[in-house]
Amino acid sequence: MKRGRIAFNGAVHQVTEDRGQVRLADGRVVAEGAFQWLPPVEVGTVFALGLNYADHAKELAFKAPETPLVFLKGPNTITGHQAHTRRPFDATYMHYECELAVVIGKTGRNVAKADAMDIVAGYTVANDYAIRDYLENYYRPNLRVKNRDACTPLGPWLVDRDDVANPMRLALTTRVNGITTQQGTTADMIFDIPTLIEYLSSFMTLNPGDVILTGTPEGLADVKAGDVVETEVENICCLVNTIVDDQTWFANA
Amino acid sequence: MIEQQVSGTVYGVVLNDRASLARIGSDALEAAPYKGAPRAPALYIKPAGTRVPGGSVVSLPAGATAVEVGATVGLVMGRAAARLSADTALEAVAGVVLAADLSLPHASYYRPAIREKCFDGALPLGPVQPLTDLASLSLTTRIDGEVVETRSLADLLRDPARLLADVTGFMTLAEGDVLLVGVSYLAPQAVAGSRVSVHAEALGTLDFSIAGAQA
Repeated sequence: MKRGRIAFNGAVHQVTEDRGQVRLADGRVVAEGAFQWLPPVEVGTVFALGLNYADHAKELAFKAPETPLVFLKGPNTITGHQAHTRRPFDATYMHYECELAVVIGKTGRNVAKADAMDIVAGYTVANDYAIRDYLENYYRPNLRVKNRDACTPLGPWLVDRDDVANPMRLALTTRVNGITTQQGTTADMIFDIPTLIEYLSSFMTLNPGDVILTGTPEGLADVKAGDVVETEVENICCLVNTIVDDQTWFANA
Repeated sequence: MIEQQVSGTVYGVVLNDRASLARIGSDALEAAPYKGAPRAPALYIKPAGTRVPGGSVVSLPAGATAVEVGATVGLVMGRAAARLSADTALEAVAGVVLAADLSLPHASYYRPAIREKCFDGALPLGPVQPLTDLASLSLTTRIDGEVVETRSLADLLRDPARLLADVTGFMTLAEGDVLLVGVSYLAPQAVAGSRVSVHAEALGTLDFSIAGAQA
C-alpha cells in the first residue's frame, strides 16, 4: 500500500493511493490541486548519508568512507511533494540529491543486520538539496549547507516494506525541467540498509518515524530559480519540487 | 500562556568561545579544503533520544570508556523564530536549561560526530527555568566531587542573542526547540562509574552519573 499525508479542508489527513488517485480514509477522492502534500510521515530523527555511493564519492574527490558518514537533519528542513525550495541569492552551486528514504516502523536497539529489515516500515523518496557555497570544515556537511528550511523534500508516498521486493536494486533518476541529469541504482550503495540500521542502532535507539536518507549517486548539477526538479526512485514514487529565488520566497515578508 | 517544555530538536554549537578556538589551534582551523575559523555557527544536532533528566545514569556505547562533559546552557524557544535580529532575539526565548552535552572524545570536528554525540542519554538536561542574564554566567563541572572545569559565558564569541540571530538567519527554530550556546573543545572527561555535576549560580545543579557500556 502507498500512504501519504495531506492538508485538506482545514485538517491533516492520511491518504492512500488508489489507481493513481488520492483517497481519504472515508472514501472520498481528492483531486490534485485541491490539497497540499505533507511529508508522508511526521519525522522523528532524520539521518542522512554522505558519500554512500562510490561513484558520488569519486565525483566529489573523496575516498569512500570506512564507517558510514552520517549527519542529522531537523524537522525544519523537511517539506512535502510539490513544494518550493529557496535558492539564496548568493548561492552559486545548489544541487539536488535523489535518495531512497527508509522509514523506521518499530523501535530498535542493537539490531543485527539479519534482523534489520524487521524494523523498517517502508520507503519514500527524498531530495537532499545542498548549497555548496556554505560548506565549512566543521561537522561537515554543516547545517547551513544541509539543514535550511524546506531544503529536504520528502514523499509523496510511503510504500510498505513488503511491497518492495529488493530495495537494494532500485533505479534512481533525477530530471531537471524534464531532462534526465542523474541516474543510478541503490545496488551501488556502499553501506546498505541493514548495515546502516545495525550501525545506528548500535549506539542509539531507532524509533518509529525516524528516517534514513541513504545517499545519492553521481550526477549532480546546479539548479536555478524556476527549475522543476523531479527525483524518482523506481517502484517508490516521484517527488517534484520547484526552485524559487529570494524575491519569490519572501514576496510577502 | 502554556508552560514551555523542551519538546523539539536540540541544536548545539562548537568553537563558540575564545578558549576553544585557541585550543583547537591554527593547524585545524586552517586545514584544507575550506580554510578558516567557522564563519557560520558550527552546529550539531542532539536527537530526542539523547535527552535525559537530572539524576539519570547514562550508559556509554559499547567500546567507549569515557565521555567529555560539555557544560553549557540551552535557550528554550517560546515560539517559532526565523530571521531574528540580535537586539530582539531573546524575546523569542521562553527559558533556559542547564545542560551537560556528553560526547565520546573526538579531537577532530571535521566530520559530523554522530556516534560520539548522539548515543542514548548523551544530553542530561535540567528543568526549564526563567531566562536569566547569561552574559557572565559561570558554569562549574565536578567529577566525583572535584572541580574539573569552570567556564564563563563571558568568553563566548557569539553571545546568546547573536547566536540566535545567526542560526535563525538560515533556519527556523520551532517552539520547544533548544539552542545550546556552546561547549568547550576537549571538555573534561568522565569515565564509567563517575558522578558528574554541572552547576551555575542562577540555575542550580544538574547531577548524573556515567555507567559502563550499554547492554
